[in-house]
Amino acid sequence: MIPLGLPEPTAPALTTQAPDLDYWLLSPLLVVFAVGVVGVLVEAFVDRRHRRLTQLVLALAGVGAAFVLTLLQVGSLPEQGAGVGVAFATVAVDRPTLFFQGTILVLAFISLLLIAENRDGESAFAAQAAAVPGSEEERAHVLAGSQHTEVYPLVMFAVLGMQLFPASNDFLTMFIALEVMSLPLYLLCGLARRRRLFSQEAAVKYFLLGAFSSAFFLFGIAMVYGYAGSVHFADVYAAVGAGGAGVIEDGEPLLLIGMALIGVGLLFKVGAVPFHNWKPDVYQGAPTPITALMASCTLVAAFGALLRVFYVAFGASVWEWRPMLWVVAILTMVLAAVIAVTQRDIKRLLAYSSVVHAGFVLTAVVAASADGLAGAMFYLAAYGFTTIGAFAVVTLVRAPEGGAEAGDLAQWAGLARTSPFLAGALGLFLLAFAGIPLTSGFIGKFAVFEAAVAAGATPLVVVGVLSSAVTAFFYVRIIVLMFFAEPAETAPRVLRPGGLTGTVIGVGIAATVLLGVFPGPVLDNLLPQPSAEAAVGTQPSGAGIVPEDMFVR
Amino acid sequence: MTIPWLTLAIALPAVGALVVALIPRERAELAKRVALACTLVVLAVVGAMALNFDPSGPRFQFTEVHPWIARFGVHYAVGVDGIALTLIGLSALLVPLVVLAAWKEQEDAEDRGKGYFALILVLEAMMIGVFAATDVFLFYVFFEAMLIPVYFMIGRYGRGGERRRASMKFLLYSLLGGLLMLVAVIGVYAYSAQAGNGTFLWADLVGAEGLLAGVDTTAARWLFLGFFVAFAIKAPMWPVHTWLPAAAGSSRPGTAVLLVGVLDKVGTYGMLRYCLELFPGAAAWFVWPVVVLSLVSIIYGAVVAIGQTDMLRLIAYTSVSHFGFITLGIFAMTSQGQSGAALYMVNHGFSTGALFLIAGFLITRNNGSAVIADYGGVQKVAPVLAGTFLVAGLSSLALPGLSPFVSEFLVFVGTFTVLPVPAVVATVGVVLAALYILWMYQRMMTGPVREKLAGMADLSGREVWAVAPLIAVIILFGVYPQPLLDVINPAVEQTMQQIDVSDPAPVLGVDQAGGQEGAGE
Repeated sequence: MIPLGLPEPTAPALTTQAPDLDYWLLSPLLVVFAVGVVGVLVEAFVDRRHRRLTQLVLALAGVGAAFVLTLLQVGSLPEQGAGVGVAFATVAVDRPTLFFQGTILVLAFISLLLIAENRDGESAFAAQAAAVPGSEEERAHVLAGSQHTEVYPLVMFAVLGMQLFPASNDFLTMFIALEVMSLPLYLLCGLARRRRLFSQEAAVKYFLLGAFSSAFFLFGIAMVYGYAGSVHFADVYAAVGAGGAGVIEDGEPLLLIGMALIGVGLLFKVGAVPFHNWKPDVYQGAPTPITALMASCTLVAAFGALLRVFYVAFGASVWEWRPMLWVVAILTMVLAAVIAVTQRDIKRLLAYSSVVHAGFVLTAVVAASADGLAGAMFYLAAYGFTTIGAFAVVTLVRAPEGGAEAGDLAQWAGLARTSPFLAGALGLFLLAFAGIPLTSGFIGKFAVFEAAVAAGATPLVVVGVLSSAVTAFFYVRIIVLMFFAEPAETAPRVLRPGGLTGTVIGVGIAATVLLGVFPGPVLDNLLPQPSAEAAVGTQPSGAGIVPEDMFVR
Repeated sequence: MTIPWLTLAIALPAVGALVVALIPRERAELAKRVALACTLVVLAVVGAMALNFDPSGPRFQFTEVHPWIARFGVHYAVGVDGIALTLIGLSALLVPLVVLAAWKEQEDAEDRGKGYFALILVLEAMMIGVFAATDVFLFYVFFEAMLIPVYFMIGRYGRGGERRRASMKFLLYSLLGGLLMLVAVIGVYAYSAQAGNGTFLWADLVGAEGLLAGVDTTAARWLFLGFFVAFAIKAPMWPVHTWLPAAAGSSRPGTAVLLVGVLDKVGTYGMLRYCLELFPGAAAWFVWPVVVLSLVSIIYGAVVAIGQTDMLRLIAYTSVSHFGFITLGIFAMTSQGQSGAALYMVNHGFSTGALFLIAGFLITRNNGSAVIADYGGVQKVAPVLAGTFLVAGLSSLALPGLSPFVSEFLVFVGTFTVLPVPAVVATVGVVLAALYILWMYQRMMTGPVREKLAGMADLSGREVWAVAPLIAVIILFGVYPQPLLDVINPAVEQTMQQIDVSDPAPVLGVDQAGGQEGAGE
């Protein structure tokens, strides 16, 4: 699209050179892509009765295989340096990439279990999304037991985009990944079985705002291209280091504007204030399993991309972007925490809580160090498991009549008396969100705040802990409601967790406790270690340049 | 092979809690027995540990150090000095008594109190852990995690309609303090990393050679404040004490015993172990503000206690006053002051524990009312109950011959040598103590018997067993405090050495300037 109109010097080379792709290193992406395509074929050729099972097995096998391949690739990376660039260096396969991809695949696997949950032939998705809500046609489809098994291929394509998003090594690949990730999600958001108008509204909002932010992102790319003469991260980094590469005289404003616009696009995806407005509506309206997928995997992917852009492409201009992220982080933590206090709907509350957590991760991004990267990675992984678990609990608590989820918190009163296990699980997840020790949330918070303090961002951390205290207020209020309050008049109908949902909640509990008590294996082996000279004599003022060996440049 | 005493003492109640939680609720009676047995075993373990403790040996004994989170230099490191040992002993003694006292309290709860006893055991594990930790991170983990069982003990198993709000207030206050402390904890790590070795091991951080020696003055003061605010909230000190009366008033008395008797000690213990020893320079700089806050706490707590109409709240406010004495003793920076403060922490646990427990027995006998005006003439119908209440009350006002007298006296001596004016002001608290305790006794126990109390039963065998040990130790250590002081004194001396403070020469007519010099460096 865009490069065609520009006199890009490398464009002809792309068409003439024989493609020399390292299929092995791309295999996790290819497997997921292949499963997505096969899923579409299944829709066309497999009998309707067998589709759901076929799709589910395919999807789980594909995601599982991709995860195994991702693990194997850790071994095939060179000992020295961060990793390698493949496919003309448009995709970076390095340790952060593999960690993000692995995390996304595990979280996607768990989300798929939630998506597949099916009670009495009733899934979380509309029987026929094209039917007008409340119409006769819809009723007919419901009675006929129609199902949208297209959900599975759509999820696979979204996962493909998520895998590629943090791995992209140039802006165009990243943009494509962004769209591949987002388009299926827009669609999935509109497929809720209950409260379909809400769901459709969410889909439209998400789509419009998402398209808007993509436009920002694209415009930013154009600006940066104008500055650096290339969309490759390594070239942008070199251009910034060389003071503009001489494409345009005094091109600095282009860089700054480009950086800001690209930042808008990415911060929209992570849902940081002031680009967070879509989150509560979309999280509330989307089918809850899809919300779980977005709250975990999309957040991981978006932060992976954000880290790569700011640490790799703009790694030499830390001083330029750091103030911007400071402001965004403070706004995100404070405003979202305060607004969350007033929420009455559990899904909206979790959405705002997700915004606050994005703010906490941003404090680690601001650090611009190996510690910051590791802190963000740990936080995202820990948060992903906990948040899927929390949404899994939400799917089980239904309104007394009609079968829709009991969104209103008032209906959750006294839940611990009727379903102690479920309330206990959600209580644990909420305590982890609040950052209570011996849960993964605490270690995550410690990791991100430690990185920020080491980089001299202590005021940011003070704001962080204060908003932590505010968030604790509303998490604890839910616990009070569930455990200490008398059951409400309109007591919710609590479904027995089926095998799939039960597994999801169990995995969430296990990960939350294990990562909280024994975080050592993950912290020491999977995450980037601060290099020797960085550990000793770290200046609290913070270095202005991201360490070299963290990413492929 | 040495026995990992401390790990044992931490793990046993934790495992016990799990067992109690897994017993089905139909067999709640069995759950209680398991809980009691577990606490008694822990008491035996701690007792054996105390007998093996060598007061003339190294400062920290029974030490264990294992790496936990290598990336952040976090260790599972435990060990006790004399002060920690006495506080662990206090916890181990109080918990079985609380279990015994709470035996029938939760009959009406839907799980028949099973969960309550599991929470008590969880709390016991964490209380022992928090005093035993010799790694700042581990200490913080216990310090924060401890809030959760207490929160449920108040909110779910508490009494009165205000308990939800009280538990929330307790948790948020404590979390806020804890989170500010988290910033300071991270700061400690950042500075130790800057000094070449990122670690949380207490032993590597303190002292003139320690990793924190190079922290500049301003930063050290901020870090001190981060720790201090958290501890002041925990202690609780005026003006951040407001959660305590609410929490104690909405607690079951057993919860209140552990809350005020042990948990709040973590605050003062933390000041002594962490604020003073990690940042001696900053601590010296903050002596006067802390002393003033302590004096305000002493007098304010006492005055407000006099005006209380609810006995649990009254006892809570007396504690605010007592904690003022403890912080005064700690920040006097003399060995008598700190010995007195350390001893005060233990003795206060005994006397307040006894007061809360007996108050609890009264409350169960009077339809759950803790209002003082609902009582009258109790000593005529329940003389043993009234008598034990009187002894506990007298110990709370530090009557000579009962154990708190020794500690209060030491605090006064230690403070007077360096800070004579504050010491004199603090004596007002003693006078007021006589007023609030004796007046409460007079209103509740003397005079004509209330009609509905006429049939009131005296202490049952179980209740006597719950209170008698406390009364016994109060009298024992009142007459013969030497065993406790023998254990505490070496630890205090080493603390003083660590923060490089020595007692002023015993001159008659010490002037304030001389005292300041002693405390200032």
